[in-house]
This record gives sequence, C-alpha cells and structure tokens, in this order.
Amino acid sequence: MKKKIPGAIIKTAFPTIFQKPATVGYPFEPLKIDDDYRGELTYDAEACIGCSMCMRDCPANAIEIINIGTKEDKKFKAIFHLDHCIYCGQCVDSCPKDALVMSNNIELASLDRNNLKVERE
Amino acid sequence: MSKNLVIPIGPQHPSLKEPACFTITLEGEKVIEADIGIGYNHRGIEKSCESRNYYQALYIIERVCGICSHSHSTCYLSGVEKLAGVEIPRRAAFIRTIFGELERLHSHLLWLGVAGHEIGFDTLFMYTWRDRELVLDILAMLCGNRVNYGINTLGGVRRDLEPQHIDDIRRMCAKIEERNNYYVNLALSDATLAARLSGVGMLSKEDALKYGAVGPVLRASGVKSDTRRNDPYLIYPEIPFDVITYDSCDVFGRVVVRVLEINESIKIIRYCLDNMPDGDIIAKMPRKIPAGEVVSRYEAPRGEDVHFIKANGTDIPERVKVRAPSEANWHSMAHMLKGDYLADTPIIIAAIDPCYSCTDRAITLNNAAGSKRTDWEAIRKHGIEFYRNKGVDVSRILLPEKINY
Repeated sequence: MKKKIPGAIIKTAFPTIFQKPATVGYPFEPLKIDDDYRGELTYDAEACIGCSMCMRDCPANAIEIINIGTKEDKKFKAIFHLDHCIYCGQCVDSCPKDALVMSNNIELASLDRNNLKVERE
Repeated sequence: MSKNLVIPIGPQHPSLKEPACFTITLEGEKVIEADIGIGYNHRGIEKSCESRNYYQALYIIERVCGICSHSHSTCYLSGVEKLAGVEIPRRAAFIRTIFGELERLHSHLLWLGVAGHEIGFDTLFMYTWRDRELVLDILAMLCGNRVNYGINTLGGVRRDLEPQHIDDIRRMCAKIEERNNYYVNLALSDATLAARLSGVGMLSKEDALKYGAVGPVLRASGVKSDTRRNDPYLIYPEIPFDVITYDSCDVFGRVVVRVLEINESIKIIRYCLDNMPDGDIIAKMPRKIPAGEVVSRYEAPRGEDVHFIKANGTDIPERVKVRAPSEANWHSMAHMLKGDYLADTPIIIAAIDPCYSCTDRAITLNNAAGSKRTDWEAIRKHGIEFYRNKGVDVSRILLPEKINY
C-alpha cells in the first residue's frame, strides 16, 4: 500500500482551472451530431409499398401508413407520432424497400403537442 | 429511557435520483434497523412484453435500465436465440462483446462519479463524468444513440464496425486507460478517500454469499465470482481477463474493484478489436419462436442479470421475467446499513450502484393462498364504500363507457 497523502487530486485539479470548458454551450453554440445518429424519420412515398411491416414492428405505435389513393392506384402517406417514437429505428430495419431512413435531425421539440404529429407524403 | 428514532429517507431523492423509501431506525447516530421500500418505479415492463412480438419486446427490455440496456437486451436475446436454435455470426458476437464492455466502462465511470458526489468529493465527480463522455461519444458514433444503443437485434447486431470506428475506439481506450490509471493511483493514495470509505458498509464474505450479493459488491468481499468466467457467453470463453477481487469488504473495496475492472474492460475491447473476424453480422431468425422455456445469464456492470423467457410457438412471448442485478443486492444492502452511522447511509446505498427502475417489477402476494380474484365492478363498489365511510361521495363520478381490461 502506498503512502497516503490528503488532497492528492489538487495537482490535477489546479491546472484544470485554466483549461477551456469540456461542455458545449448548446443551444447557443452548435452541437456536433454524428451522421449516423438516430433522429427524425424521413419517408419516401414513392418507394413505399404499404406492406405495413414498420407498423407491425414499431414498439411504440408511433408510425401509421395510410393509403390515400384508390384501391387500384395506391398512394401512401405516413403519419409519425414524434411524441410516441423512441427513435430505435426498428421500422428502418423492417422496411423491405428502404422507404424509411433516419436523419440526424434531433431538434424536434415543440411547445404545442399537435406539432408532434407530422404527416409525410 | 431513550426512544429509538425512525427516519424515512425518500421516496424523493434518497441519495440517488430515483424513488425508493428507506425507513431507518436509529439509536443515537447508529442505524439499528433498515427497512427498504421499493416499487415506486413499477412500469409493468414484463406485462407489456407479453402483448408485443419478439422484436417489439426487445426495445421494451432494452429500456429496463438506461445504463445497462445492452446487458438486458443481450441477456434476453441469447435466451430467444437459444429457443429458436439460431447461432449468431461470430462477428456479431464480437460486436456484442465490445458494446458490453463499453457499457461497463461508462457505467463504472458513472458510478465512480456518483460515489464521489455522495461523499462530497465533487472534483472526482466532474472528472469521471467528463471522461465518461468519451465513451458515450464513441457509443453515439457506433450505434446512433448515447444510451439505449439499439445495436442488438434478433439473430445478431444491426450495425457493423467500420475501420475508422476501430481507430476511434483504440484512441478512446488509450485516453480512458491513462485517466483510469490516475484514478487507480488516486484511490490507493488519497488519504481523504480512504479515510471516508474504509470500514463503511461492511459486508463479510459469508454475509455476501448468504444474502446473495452479485457483481462488484460480491467481488469486493473477496469472492471470485463473475458470470463471464463462471458461465461464459458470447466469446468470453476465449478472452483472457482477470476477475478482480478485493478483500476489504467495505465501500473502499468496491471503489477499487470498479476502477480496476475498467482496465480489464479496456483489455477485453482491445482483444476483440485485434481478433475480430470478417463476415456477416446477422443470421436469419424465424418470426415465430418454438415453444419452450429458457434461462439466460449475463454479467451486467452491476452484477449478474438473469432473464427467463417462456415461448409458446407464436411470435409473442408468453412470459418474460427479469431479475436485475440491483434486485439481488438489496438484501445485502439492508444488512450493510445496520451498525453504521446515519451520515454513511447515502454512500452505502450508492455503493451497490442501485438501479431502482431495474428492480421495480416484483409483486408481493400477501396471503396468496386465501386471496380471491376481484372484477372491476366489485373494486369500484369497494372504492365507493371506502370513500363514503370517509364522508366523500364519489358515486357520481362517471366512468368512461367502454373499458377493456
């Protein structure tokens, strides 16, 4: 066992006073978000085939795919419930046509709850 | 004649930021009885797994705990994969191991900071949490989330490690190792830390085994027990690493075990990076899992995690039971509190690295044999009677028309 001295951290703590902060002053300064970060979903209506695999696997029931066209000429739209979404990205994995992709947009907060239900066509 | 004083600590903010109520009976300054009341964080996670398919249940299980989310999901998946008879690709096992150890790194650094904070050593808290950010940045880069990584999926992992990621992990490991060596030195050389933590929260080897302690708490009592060594999973059978033990049996020992384990984790990550094979990262899994029961074990940062899964041949699990490591340590903690000073209570509670939300899923059946099943109408009737006796009439409050329970 080494000799015990009180306040052994002072040697490291004192020079730290003169270093720049380890934190970032977000939101006043930009925050670096990785490209692969799991943020807002983007939807490609052209690629969607309406198989609803994403709805089936979503653990939070945060996604709805609706046919807004006719029975013969199908056209799909997606409704995302951003307040339900847990940003796990399982819908992206389940989608067989890569119609869903996660972007790195994390600034989704809103003061109005209705703004958290977004429709994408 | 002196009367014993009973102090309720919690449920709000009992040393940590989660709710639990510790009823402490004092004789003077000394704790003579500690009663632990948990259950404030019950979220019905196990029940919600029973109404979701295996993919959905994975994300629910991952959210059992924010810190050891990978432990829970890996433990659950190894059970499901065993039931389905699927072997995950070797590369996926390496990636799961790397994530498991990265998680251990940030969990132990987090704990070290919390322990520092509980004893008023906030400088240590600031430094360890700053260093923990290095690990969280790596995790965010690899899987897209800082916590609840979502890297696991049925049959393997969801994202591969790229060559540039490997360089970043190596750089991070070197930095953390340098910083951690400093913490090891600090733990062993700082007189204040040793004076505050030595002899606090004593748990002898016999008591640790008797109360079923797990993880660093057990190892700090001198018992060489680690699921990674006792019942190896993933690629642990082939990884050379030491099981760290310390025989001081107190909170100081738990600090030493954890800081030394950080170095072991770095060693394991380096081994995985050096020996990682090429190949697939995901194997094909059936959506319907054959009927059967399985118990899987995993060494989470806090100790041994146990999952029980019962499948019934559909794509929805029939039963998922989680025994989180904190749950196993409660009993030893109640024992540790006895005989110590009231002022030591926060650090003794914090020393097991408790996770209340991990634990709170148990139900207690009082007199289960004589209990009867009550329907919704009877409960409402009982409630109306109960309040009427207190002078309040709630019978006019109308219920929503359709209720499906």
